[in-house]
Amino acid sequence: MQLIVNMLVLSSIYALISCGYVLIYRVSRVMNLAQGELMMLGAYLLLTTASLFHGNPEMAIIAAVVLSTTCGVLVYVLLMRKMTGESVLAAVLATIALGILLRGLMVLIWSAQQQYPGQPLGLNSTAIALPGGARISTFAAALVIVNALTYAALFGFLRFGRWGLRMRAAGQNPLLAAQRGINLHAIYALTWALSTMTGAMAGMLIALDSGLTSNLAVLGLKAFPAALVGGLDSLLGTLIGSLIVAAAEILSIQYVDPLLSDVMPFLVLLAMLIVRPWGLFGTREELDRV
Amino acid sequence: MYDAPSPANRYSSAGMLQASGRSDQRRRSLSAALLALGLIIFPFVGSPFALDLASQVFLASIGSLSLMLLTGFAGQISIGHAGLIAAGAYVVGIMSREWQAPFWLTLPSAAIAGALLGAAFGVPSLRLRGLYLAVSTLALYFIVIYAGGEYEAWRGYATGIMIDSPKVAGMEISSGFAWYFILLAAAVMTLVLCINLLRSRTGRAWGAIRTRETVAEALGINIAKFKLWAFVISSAITAVAGALFAYDRNFVSAEAFSLYLSIQYVAMIIIGGMGSLPGAILGATFVTLFPYAIESAIGMLPDADRYVNALYAMNYAAFGLVTIAFLLFEPRGLIGIWRRLQGHISLRRRKAKPLSGPPQ
Repeated sequence: MQLIVNMLVLSSIYALISCGYVLIYRVSRVMNLAQGELMMLGAYLLLTTASLFHGNPEMAIIAAVVLSTTCGVLVYVLLMRKMTGESVLAAVLATIALGILLRGLMVLIWSAQQQYPGQPLGLNSTAIALPGGARISTFAAALVIVNALTYAALFGFLRFGRWGLRMRAAGQNPLLAAQRGINLHAIYALTWALSTMTGAMAGMLIALDSGLTSNLAVLGLKAFPAALVGGLDSLLGTLIGSLIVAAAEILSIQYVDPLLSDVMPFLVLLAMLIVRPWGLFGTREELDRV
Repeated sequence: MYDAPSPANRYSSAGMLQASGRSDQRRRSLSAALLALGLIIFPFVGSPFALDLASQVFLASIGSLSLMLLTGFAGQISIGHAGLIAAGAYVVGIMSREWQAPFWLTLPSAAIAGALLGAAFGVPSLRLRGLYLAVSTLALYFIVIYAGGEYEAWRGYATGIMIDSPKVAGMEISSGFAWYFILLAAAVMTLVLCINLLRSRTGRAWGAIRTRETVAEALGINIAKFKLWAFVISSAITAVAGALFAYDRNFVSAEAFSLYLSIQYVAMIIIGGMGSLPGAILGATFVTLFPYAIESAIGMLPDADRYVNALYAMNYAAFGLVTIAFLLFEPRGLIGIWRRLQGHISLRRRKAKPLSGPPQ
């Protein structure tokens, strides 16, 4: 029972991080390898707002979410916008470089020590007993719920929202979308904002749950296989991919070797790449477009 | 030296002017000779620290040349380069620890191991392109590092594997002086190998595949074969670089091969200039010396002691910034800047006497 809860929590973490990958990939065919760092940025911003709004957790969290969303827009306006027209490789390399830059800056500003943003907020993690003898911490439970809400909101937004429709159009054919009067730059900026926001929320919740060090960004990289296993252009696939990767990881830690936990997502990924490179729910044509 | 025949290169003023005139040819062989002389004299006058830096540059050059072959010429993206370096280093570590194998056994074994890994991870490249391929090389990196860490844990080398310096005729090669020349020779050999490869049928096939795969196939190029070759050759060279690294440092540990190292190699070929062998060397030099330059720049600031703890983070941030700057403002890299300068200089000289017209 505990195993299942652990899987659920881990897969929520992966899903919440990797929906950022999917959003950006779907709209602009760019793989954002700085997602882990952007996620960490959200967590550190929460650390700052936590000391600003002492003992006022709602305000602090909202302020941190707003700030990190702004950062996402800034990333697009200052960096990724200039990479349009360059090759996809160049754009991906730009995100890698951005990741290095962010990591350095974050250590400079907030130091590399382990920190707990929950403390100044007066939030404490307590274990909730679930039926079946399993336990889950409050923040982990919050993570699962936030993840479910985020995905529900994203589905609704992309299917029924006006801007969601525009986003899908821009992803399908940027040229035609622009011809129809869709402001592509606004769409791309919105995508970066959304994906940074979801990533930052994941970062904040993880930091609240288990503390914050500069190693958090590695988690972003481990979430990537989840997106690819499900299919890089499918949100539903990402949810299922996260479940598969998390299940494989938890089971291998439990029954095989704890050291495997860092490799397991990538082993799953390799198996997927050999059998079905476009992912479970991805479209096959994607493979030839990149 | 060989460069990818890109339109920019062929039609730029520098390119056209270089082709003309015997004096240019003479000047170029003269500067090459001067460079060679400088490299040979350098260890006799340089400090041990400078010697060590130069050795690091040579090692990095081998790695960046092999990555340039794969990415810059054959067009296959890899961000698992550090994994292959680690693989080479581990082969040396394991063979010399377990069987006391001498270097003339471990170096070829490292090359073979690299080639095998390259072949194994080149196979996905037959179906995958671009980003998907990059991700599978990332997986390669994690698997190699995991295997290495597992070996260390299994044998109880918690802090890493110690390696004895290689012995030749009973003499231990451990001085920085000797290693300078060994690594220099290795780097030059790699460069010559790359130049020759690119002039061969293989090199031309890579160029065709990089430019447009479908057309290359229509021309009768066996895509699968040449793609795999690119992975095999590049990985073998990289693994040898890793093996040399292990001997030079006398030490192998999973921590030495962080993902950051892979990124550094990718940065080398970006900063140096995609599709140019001299660019790969320039980039390797730049990226290797960069942290030391930052360190000394910060050392010159008033109350430098305050920043010592932040040095590492500052390096990181500055490195990211420089890479972004190159991507945004000079996508052709250092070699692009160099060519432009060359163009300016030779144009200015020629302004005095007209290129054509009646003889005076």
